[in-house]
Amino acid sequence: MVHSGINVLFQGTNFMRLLLGMWTTFKIAAIAIVIGLIIGIILGILRTFHNKLLRFILRIYLEFFRIVPTVVLLFLFYYILPRQMNLHMPGTQVAMLVFALWVAAEMSDIVRGALISVPIHQKESGLAIGLTRFQLYRYVLVPQAVSLELPATINLITRVIKTTSILMLISVMDVVNIGQQIVEANNQKYPTGVFWIYGLIFLLYFLIDYPLSWWAGRLEKKRLEQTNGE
Amino acid sequence: MANEVLKVEHLEKYYQKKHVLHDINFSISKGEVITLLGPSGSGKSTLIRCLNGLEDFRNGEITFENKKVVPSEKNWQQLRQKIGMVFQSYDLFPNLTVLDNIMLGPTKVQKRNVEEVKKEIDELLEKVDLLDYKNAYPRQLSGGQKQRIAIVRALALHPEFMLFDEVTASLDPEMVRGVLNIIQDLADQDDMTMIIVTHEMNFAQQIADRVLFLKDGSILEDTPGKKFFKDPTTDQAKEFLQSMDF
Repeated sequence: MVHSGINVLFQGTNFMRLLLGMWTTFKIAAIAIVIGLIIGIILGILRTFHNKLLRFILRIYLEFFRIVPTVVLLFLFYYILPRQMNLHMPGTQVAMLVFALWVAAEMSDIVRGALISVPIHQKESGLAIGLTRFQLYRYVLVPQAVSLELPATINLITRVIKTTSILMLISVMDVVNIGQQIVEANNQKYPTGVFWIYGLIFLLYFLIDYPLSWWAGRLEKKRLEQTNGE
Repeated sequence: MANEVLKVEHLEKYYQKKHVLHDINFSISKGEVITLLGPSGSGKSTLIRCLNGLEDFRNGEITFENKKVVPSEKNWQQLRQKIGMVFQSYDLFPNLTVLDNIMLGPTKVQKRNVEEVKKEIDELLEKVDLLDYKNAYPRQLSGGQKQRIAIVRALALHPEFMLFDEVTASLDPEMVRGVLNIIQDLADQDDMTMIIVTHEMNFAQQIADRVLFLKDGSILEDTPGKKFFKDPTTDQAKEFLQSMDF
C-alpha cells in the first residue's frame, strides 16, 4: 500500500493545494456569476424595450459571446488585450471578466425570454392600475419572470462552474492546473497518482455542481406541477 | 355640459391599413351608465381600450373632465388612476396575494397611507364577500372570485370612471351573477360613471342608461337603454337583438 497512488494526495501539502485551487476556481466563478447575472438582468430588460438600435446592439453582443468558444474568448482577452490596448491584467481577473461578460450575454437572453412569455394581459392590467413602466417591471413582470427563469439560470451557473476547468490555459492556478503540477512532480513515485488527483477534482466539481443541477430539476418539476394543476 | 366626464370626438383607429374605428363621437355624463353592444369584431373592445390609452388612435380627440387628453405615456399613466378598467381575463398578478394585488395601486402609485388603504380594502372585500381570501394567492380562487377581486383592485384607486371589457365572458355561468351584481351595486349605490362592453343582454337592459350600438367600427345608434331594447332605430340593431338569445 506504500506505493498506492492514493498517497499522492497526502504527500506534503498536496491536498491543501488542491483545495486552495478549488477555492480559486470557486471564487472566479462566484464573482463572475454575481456580476454577470446583475448585468444580464439589466440587459435582458433593455432587450424587451422597443428601441430597435438598442435591441440590435445587444443582440450582436449576445451572439458574439454565444458563438465564440470560451477558450478563444479567454485567449483573446489574455493575449490580445495587453498587446493591442496595453491593458495588463492577471489571469484570474481576465477569467472573471470573460466569464462575467459571457454570463451577462446568456442571462440577458434568459431574462428576455422569460419577460416576453409573461402574458400581455399582465402588462395591460398593470398599466390599467396606473403603474409606471418602472413599477410594472419591478412589481409585476420581473418577479414573474424570475420564477420562470430560475431553473435555466441555475443550469447556466453549473455550466459556468464546470467551464472554469479550462482556466489553466491562461495560467490561472486553479484546481486543474495545480492537479496537473502535482501529477507531473510525482509521476515517477506514484505512476497511478493521476487517477487519484483527477478523481478528487471530479469529486470536488461534482459536489458543487450536482446539488445545483438537482435543485434546478426540482424547481422545474414543481413549476410544471403548479401550472398543470391550475 | 357641465357634468360631462368624457367626450370622444372624431376618433379613428387603424391596425396598420385596416380601418377599425370610424369617426366615433359620444360623451358620457357623471353617473351615467353606457353599455356598448354589437356583434363580435365590431370594435367594442378596441374602443374602450382607446379610452384608457391601451390602444393609440390615429385622429380624433378625447376630453376627460373638460381637459383634452394629450396622448403620452406619462399622461395616460396619470389618467389611468381616474379611469379604472377591468378585463375579460381576470388578470390578477399571480406573484402577489389578493391584498397585495389590491394594495399595489393605492400605495405604490398613489402613495397613500398603508394603514388607511388596508382598512378601506377590508371594507371593499367585505362588500364582495371575499374578506376571508385576503391572504390567498390568485391561483387558489375561482374565476368569479378573481374577477370580483379585479374589480376591487380597480376601485381601490378611487376612479371617477370605470370601463368593463366583457368581464363575464370567460366565467362559468354560475359565477356570472355575482360579478354583475357588483357592477349593478356600483351603479345604484355609488352612482359610478361606467362604460360596459357585455354580451349579457338581460344585464345590459337592466343597467344601461344609454346604449351605443357598434357595427363594423361605427356607432350606428346612440339611444336611451329602454328605447334600444324595445324599439331600436336601425335594421342592423334589430337584427342583432333578434340574434341574441335572451
